[in-house]
Amino acid sequence: MNTFDYVRPATIREAVAAASEPGAAYLAAGTNLLDLMKGGITRPSRLVDISHLPNLDRIEEPSDGGVRVGALVRNADLARDRNFARRFPAVAEALMSGASAQLRNAATVGGNILQRTRCAHFYDVASACNKRDPGSGCDARGGDNRLHAVMGWSESCIATHPSDFCVPLVALDAVVEVEGRTGRREIPLEMFHRLPGDAPDRENLLDTGEMIAAVRLPAQAAQFAAHARYLKVRERTSYAFAVVSAAAALRIENDTIADARVALGGVAMKPWRAREAERVLAGAGADTSTFRRAAEEALTAAKPSGHNNFKIELARRIVVRALTLAAAGTSERLPALPASPFAATAGVVSHV
Amino acid sequence: MATSTTLTVNGVTRTIQLDDPRVTLLDLLRERLELTGTKKGCDRGQCGACTVILDGRRINSCLALAISHDGAHVLTIEGIAQGNRLHPVQEAFLAHDGLQCGFCTPGQIMSAIGLLEEGDAGDDPERVREGMSGNLCRCGAYQGITEAVLDAQKALGAASRKEVA
Repeated sequence: MNTFDYVRPATIREAVAAASEPGAAYLAAGTNLLDLMKGGITRPSRLVDISHLPNLDRIEEPSDGGVRVGALVRNADLARDRNFARRFPAVAEALMSGASAQLRNAATVGGNILQRTRCAHFYDVASACNKRDPGSGCDARGGDNRLHAVMGWSESCIATHPSDFCVPLVALDAVVEVEGRTGRREIPLEMFHRLPGDAPDRENLLDTGEMIAAVRLPAQAAQFAAHARYLKVRERTSYAFAVVSAAAALRIENDTIADARVALGGVAMKPWRAREAERVLAGAGADTSTFRRAAEEALTAAKPSGHNNFKIELARRIVVRALTLAAAGTSERLPALPASPFAATAGVVSHV
Repeated sequence: MATSTTLTVNGVTRTIQLDDPRVTLLDLLRERLELTGTKKGCDRGQCGACTVILDGRRINSCLALAISHDGAHVLTIEGIAQGNRLHPVQEAFLAHDGLQCGFCTPGQIMSAIGLLEEGDAGDDPERVREGMSGNLCRCGAYQGITEAVLDAQKALGAASRKEVA
């Protein structure tokens, strides 16, 4: 690891000023950043430690009926907050399906949104990677790409965004509050992450020095609480990133879907909102044939970027299954294996 | 640039001069405080061998920058027994053969203490396995580890009921 200057600002204003210098990076828990620094993948010359900033570790309920989660709230604390988990169960399930208990206890909400891809070629400094070293090429093309993107990828980068948390958040219209030199601004999470295009090193809309202060969910997001699930296929039962995942949230009135939210994880360099699928679902009956049509629509733009054609059919099945689970109803208690297809759920057939 | 960091480790307050900001909590415990019970396995947050309790919660000490945790309370494997009386989780690991080579064991035990504190698992072996998935055991002692955690949970439950009575 290269050495660095360590700065501990007392206010957001000081933090933004310190992080506006070239080579600076924000440090919160460090669960992703330290790993990247140990591997020589990122080499900041200055760490701006925001973990001691006041008031960023709160879960607040503003008067508009939504929720505002400070950037420093720990993943586990948010998932365990009873009120939050009751109103946004798919978000809690996604959080509890991510990483390990130790990492969830440390990792922050802001850091989760900003975490880097786990593409093996991004991590391997001997590989060409346009994200790590712009213009150097992409060894994932024709390399280890079985788990790579099937949506929104480009010739210069086929990596995926690894977050579970972001998947239900984007489905539920989350907004990111950002602090920068010119003050506060808001970015819908759906717009926050950039697709790679020809500049895969630019992963989001943050300008130099900007930091995430909070993420908000609107009041309407809680209307899906009775029928909201997250489903995540991994290469082992627990403590693994998604091969493909999906968040499904339904508002069901008189056996008809009044409103639906669907998003996919592990398929692109951003959490992928499937609005086409939502349009199929709205006004339809909550049955398997509707769910299959929605899944088809969600994946119409998909194309393999390597040895990953299987992810497209897998994603369709995950969408159908997530919708089936959501329609069956949110369980009172989080399953023993959160988001796992191996978790037994009463009344739901395991294979669709 | 030397910076001093103060940590309360196993109940004892220690002030350490850090001449380098790169020192992780794990390296500080092992190299500066000679508390080598906490193990360095992968050093990248994947194996759980470095698990300690930081301000009441289990974390990977290899991914925590020591300088960032000035003023924190740390509990390590060295701090859980009372004299010669082992912690109930330690007793349970012995009783259920929850180890073979022992390298992952301090991390497993600290993680189990954290899990029992979190209170999510109850008497469900599936929830225990899920809650312990951040701790790898290359010897494959998982069955014994799961049994030990369930047993320790029972023992601690009985002890706290006794205290209340």
